[in-house]
Amino acid sequence: MATQGRRDFLKSLSAIGISTIGVAGITPSITKASPENILSKDRMGVLVDTTVCIGCRKCEWACKNAHDMPSGSIDDYENESVFDNKRRPDYSALTVVNKYQNDKTGSPINVKVQCMHCDQPACVSACIVGAFSKKENGSVVWDESKCIGCRYCMVACPFQIPSFDYHKALEPEIRKCDFCFDRTAEGKLPACIEICPVEAITYGRREDLVQVAQEKIKNYPERYNNHILGETEVGGTSWMYMAGVDFKNLDFPTLGDKSAPGVSESIQHGIFSYFVPPVALYALLGGVMWISKNRDKKEEN
Amino acid sequence: MEMLMNPSQMTKKYFTPGVMLVSLIALNGLIFLALRLIFGVGAITNLDNQHPWGIWIGIDVAAGVALAAGGFTTAALGHIMHREEYEVVIRPALLTALLGYTFVALSVAIDLGRWYSIWHPLIFWNGNSVLFEVGICVMIYVSVLYIEFLPIVTKKFIGNVRFKGMLAKLNSPVDKLLRMLDRGLDKTMFIFIIAGVVLSCLHQSSLGTLMVIAGPKMHPLWQTPILPLLFLISAICVGFPMVIMESLIASRSFKLKPEMHVLSKLGSYIGPMLGIYLAFKVIDILIREAFVYLMVLSTESVMFSIEIIFGIILPMRLFFSKVVRESPLGIFIASMLVILGVVLNRLNNFIVAYNPPYATTSYFPSIGEISVTLGFVCIEVLMYRLIVKYFPIISIPEKAGVFKTKYSIQGSK
Repeated sequence: MATQGRRDFLKSLSAIGISTIGVAGITPSITKASPENILSKDRMGVLVDTTVCIGCRKCEWACKNAHDMPSGSIDDYENESVFDNKRRPDYSALTVVNKYQNDKTGSPINVKVQCMHCDQPACVSACIVGAFSKKENGSVVWDESKCIGCRYCMVACPFQIPSFDYHKALEPEIRKCDFCFDRTAEGKLPACIEICPVEAITYGRREDLVQVAQEKIKNYPERYNNHILGETEVGGTSWMYMAGVDFKNLDFPTLGDKSAPGVSESIQHGIFSYFVPPVALYALLGGVMWISKNRDKKEEN
Repeated sequence: MEMLMNPSQMTKKYFTPGVMLVSLIALNGLIFLALRLIFGVGAITNLDNQHPWGIWIGIDVAAGVALAAGGFTTAALGHIMHREEYEVVIRPALLTALLGYTFVALSVAIDLGRWYSIWHPLIFWNGNSVLFEVGICVMIYVSVLYIEFLPIVTKKFIGNVRFKGMLAKLNSPVDKLLRMLDRGLDKTMFIFIIAGVVLSCLHQSSLGTLMVIAGPKMHPLWQTPILPLLFLISAICVGFPMVIMESLIASRSFKLKPEMHVLSKLGSYIGPMLGIYLAFKVIDILIREAFVYLMVLSTESVMFSIEIIFGIILPMRLFFSKVVRESPLGIFIASMLVILGVVLNRLNNFIVAYNPPYATTSYFPSIGEISVTLGFVCIEVLMYRLIVKYFPIISIPEKAGVFKTKYSIQGSK
């Protein structure tokens, strides 16, 4: 600080402090988009009853059609050889049905897989540019115009759902079920719900669906395991599952009830609470710098 | 105490057989990089929907940021705590940080599916996203590093602006501009120096928070809410070893006498720092009872043990020994252990610990990924060599030419 007076130094420090607090004042309005603020009581959901599903895969076909993806002939979907391997949704299919052996009854269990549309989505919290958002009707959708393709959503998702088109050099997309956001906006049903011939998937207010599921379990305790997957997992999901066996046997991850982004958000907001910790660190370092300078000067004199 | 700082341009010729080899590896990396740009990320990497992040994030970015910590740790010691005897290592550390972060940014860019949209975080904000904070902090910090480096550039060209022909008229205005810039920077440099340290603390720790959101997908040996603290402490641990390693290699390469008096002193900080890091690591796995996973033989338990034993305990023991600290070979080996330990820690956190629920195969980097990673490291080395040839970065240890600097990089009266 040889060329710099003590007053200048302090002045500059306080100027930085004030401008940083200014930034902090704006920030809360930007971060307001966190999902809990827009969770509607009337948000929709789907109840998947795996004991009803017959594994016809018509939902796969309807989904592709609804999203302008190559779907082929509906007759091809009767081919059961795809069940030899467990499949996951990817850029070519937003939903897939897998078949599991049932040791209890002998008849196979079919499980439709797609995005669960969490109430506290990890992808929405993680996305660097806020390309994911939880909508009022419960769906979690992706905004192509913002996405930069960093794939952090895929790291964050507890159900490992978002997929990426690795073989496109330009405009590769993050793809996942969007709960037929465009169709429901027009008042139509999601494509898979509409086509399902056995009503294995029920669309309705999430609150009502939880009640429906609870009643089913009460009325048919021998048919269902007493567990609605998605009712409380990771803070609740829009899509919920019922089954006659433990969900572990159906390849569902075992998850707690705490929301997936909870811990990281509280760490993050702790470090940045109104920018106090960074500004305090700045002031502390400034003080140390100033004291060390003066100490050295005194020693020289 | 009169310490000497005499940064000079290196005069040794640029190309040697070693440099030729490094250039070849760099070229190989650039070829794979071109393939990635033409055919997409999937064409040359082993990434898939289960393994969205590979070594370009785990090593190039996460380890890259940690290894560039020499910049802010030496700035904190030399400028903020005002320990003038460390001035000689600040410029080389600054240059390494500058190049390191530039290549971190490049590595992020090539890993992005839509690399041309890398500027989006500037306008689309998500305050909940850890990655957003890391991205913004790194962007600002890279700018700060360039500003910190600027006086070295202005100093070289002041009084030396000699355009030819038509442009000759511009000589005096450009010179005036440079002098103005130089004076302005001299007065305000402390703002940037402190900002650099604050920004480093923020994003070094937040890099650790990145994987917290992966929750149970991450192995319990590493998944902990104190990841940000562990990342920050380990970054501080690896700052000085990087400076020591580079200084010794540069001395050898440019046939200079190693600055052992400074390096040994720097080394005396590393042992206690590693001790603190080890304490946090141990207490963490004890409290979370994660140590039970060390009782079973698995890739994770082996990697964790290597990280702790060879990356923390062994170098800590070495750095506590005065004999080791004062021997160039000893301090070099101890520093390399810390560096490799931190690289392994980042690799473990981002790749080994990450167990996606539906993976049918495990991830191993492809030839293309390894080529690009090695290529980037080699380009960094080549650029470092080029810059120290044309700018005064490395100090020549001799008793003449006293050049005392105050808190700013540019010498001031």
